[in-house]
Amino acid sequence: MSLRIVVTVKYVPDATGDRHFADDLTVDRDDVDGLLSELDEYAVEQALQISENSDDDVEITVLTVGPEDAKDALRKALSMGADKAIHVEDDDLHGTDVIGTSLVLAKAIEKAGYDLVISGMASTDGTAGVVPALLAERLGVPQVTLLSEVSVEDGTVKGRRDGDAASEQLEAALPAVVSVTDQSGEARYPSFKGIMAAKKKPVESWDLSDLDIEAEQVGLEGSWTAVDVANERPARTAGTIVKDEGEGGKQLAEYLASQKFI
Amino acid sequence: MAEVLVYVDHVDGAVRKPTLELLTLARRIGEPVAVALGAGAENTAATLAEHGAVKVLTHDASEYADYLVVPKVDALQAAVEAVSPAAVLVPSSAEGKEVAARLALRIGSGIITDAVDLEAGDEGPVATQSVFAASFTTKSRVSTGTPVITVKPNSAAVEAAPAAGAVEALAVTFSAQATGTKVTGRTARESTGRPELTEAAIVVSGGRGVNGAENFAIIEALADSLGAAVGASRAAVDAGWYPHTNQVGQTGKSVSPQLYIANGISGAIQHRAGMQTSKTIVAVNKDAEAPIFDLVDYGVVGDLFDVVPQLTEEIKTRKG
Ligand SMILES: Cc1cc2nc3c(=O)[nH]c(=O)nc-3n(C[C@H](O)[C@H](O)[C@H](O)COP(=O)(O)OP(=O)(O)OC[C@H]3O[C@@H](n4cnc5c(N)ncnc54)[C@H](O)[C@@H]3O)c2cc1C
Ligand SMILES: Cc1cc2nc3c(=O)[nH]c(=O)nc-3n(C[C@H](O)[C@H](O)[C@H](O)COP(=O)(O)OP(=O)(O)OC[C@H]3O[C@@H](n4cnc5c(N)ncnc54)[C@H](O)[C@@H]3O)c2cc1C
Repeated sequence: MSLRIVVTVKYVPDATGDRHFADDLTVDRDDVDGLLSELDEYAVEQALQISENSDDDVEITVLTVGPEDAKDALRKALSMGADKAIHVEDDDLHGTDVIGTSLVLAKAIEKAGYDLVISGMASTDGTAGVVPALLAERLGVPQVTLLSEVSVEDGTVKGRRDGDAASEQLEAALPAVVSVTDQSGEARYPSFKGIMAAKKKPVESWDLSDLDIEAEQVGLEGSWTAVDVANERPARTAGTIVKDEGEGGKQLAEYLASQKFI
Repeated sequence: MAEVLVYVDHVDGAVRKPTLELLTLARRIGEPVAVALGAGAENTAATLAEHGAVKVLTHDASEYADYLVVPKVDALQAAVEAVSPAAVLVPSSAEGKEVAARLALRIGSGIITDAVDLEAGDEGPVATQSVFAASFTTKSRVSTGTPVITVKPNSAAVEAAPAAGAVEALAVTFSAQATGTKVTGRTARESTGRPELTEAAIVVSGGRGVNGAENFAIIEALADSLGAAVGASRAAVDAGWYPHTNQVGQTGKSVSPQLYIANGISGAIQHRAGMQTSKTIVAVNKDAEAPIFDLVDYGVVGDLFDVVPQLTEEIKTRKG
């Protein structure tokens, strides 16, 4: 038996950098360094653990849709231990919304061949948290999403989803789409050996024509949503800061009372 | 006037506050028609009517509890087909967003997630989003199809607006996918008696500076003196001092209360992402250089083990 896992990984602007919008109201990628979305490291980690716990032959492919630099995200995932990578890159993709992104990912996943798709819980830039559900809808397979624990055995994926009101045990037959949260287990650091090995692993590049997608279906033109305004939030005006010299708690109570909170 | 579908988040018929906020927002763009699914759905009608629902479409089946997400998508799609609404509004819970996204794709519509405000516009509803850890505010709209918009808690004040709230049974045929993901077990979360984190008017949070699970009692005591919810930073959660369900931030809850009190929290970007839109921000931290102080309306540089108990005592005294 063999198990083909496709892990979707997004290349995002560093959240600790100064993120901005470009003139066309898409994310300005020139001003801030990009990296593999940290929440997708958890997806790569779970794929590696499923592989390590399996008697089957497991092949892990990492997939990204993004600009030229997005290769960096793939390299990171490969150096963690994934086997191969697919980069979908096309100028016409600039400004694609979640519906379009899910179309491109779904077509690429189908072309690659899969038994299991593993995604992050949300990207750290768009943070929509909906792409995995959209992939399940498009691929017509079960969604087993937002898992803090996941395992695969005998063609079945099981996991725990910790919701607001309850914690649920879930189960579905493969093929399926899974997403994992940052509670699923710390992601490993690439070893030196892993980094060296990653340089030799295959990275395929596909464009829209490889996926039979028309330019009008994606990009700003093909988006089903439109951003009209993006304004930087005014910095908060400097507040009052006091040093505690024995009365700090009382001073704070006085402030809260002045603001009618007590 | 155009009808606007509002997806109801309820627990056994008890409607959660974010849904009532959605009814307020829905009235800005049309006449709210609510969709309530699962056990107790019919019991939601009175509350929904009080808050402006002209109609309440209900349906119960064991599928809603026994399988993940898809049965609800099937039902909402049936409601869209029955009503032809001008927009569909869904609370921005993890599940709400997944339901909304799959619905949007099925009906050929764009989706906007995590709106914090909504108004009528010439080309359909205009949604405000607070993005990049709340450092930017955007205005967006759905340009194709019936706008599907998910809205965060605390995005509008709940307003009473009595309406008919006529209950109608919704006819639902489940799709082949509906039973794909089985819920094989469910453990309900124990109630703490404190307000729901995302809905609370005041949130009191503790971070690594709290230095131990047992010390969270200090944070809880302050919260209780104010009738507040308790939050925690990821550092405190990862250390096992407080449950993950109380985590505030990018991968935890995002809160937008009237008052947020951060104790022993440095103010990392991922924490700020979840609390930066709070109306008033207060922090207690012993490091005067902590980035959280860039956000505060009032800050105390000091040891939380001195400041917080004194604050709690003073609040109790003042409240008499
Ligand atoms: C601030 C901001 C707000 C936005 N709001 C909206 C909106 O309201 N509606 C809308 O339609 N679009 C929106 N977009 C566009 C949207 O973010 C992009 O289409 C994006 O590529 C997919 O959504 P996400 O990043 O939010 O992914 P999420 O749904 O949060 O991603 C979940 C997972 O899907 C996978 N994934 C997502 N994108 C990729 C990718 N390119 N390559 C590989 N794997 C991927 C990853 O595993 C990721 O962890 C917004 C973008 C920004 C920057
Ligand atoms: C992808 C990703 C997602 C994340 N999501 C989240 C999230 O959702 N929520 C979140 O919170 N973090 C999140 N983080 C983690 C975040 O980056 C920080 O590590 C975390 O917020 C730090 O928590 P903290 O402020 O409690 O701890 P620290 O940064 O260690 O700060 C502790 C503070 O306590 C102060 N202190 C210590 N002792 C005392 C005392 N006795 N009295 C007063 N002050 C004291 C210190 O001066 C310090 O400022 C995420 C990180 C990543 C990479």
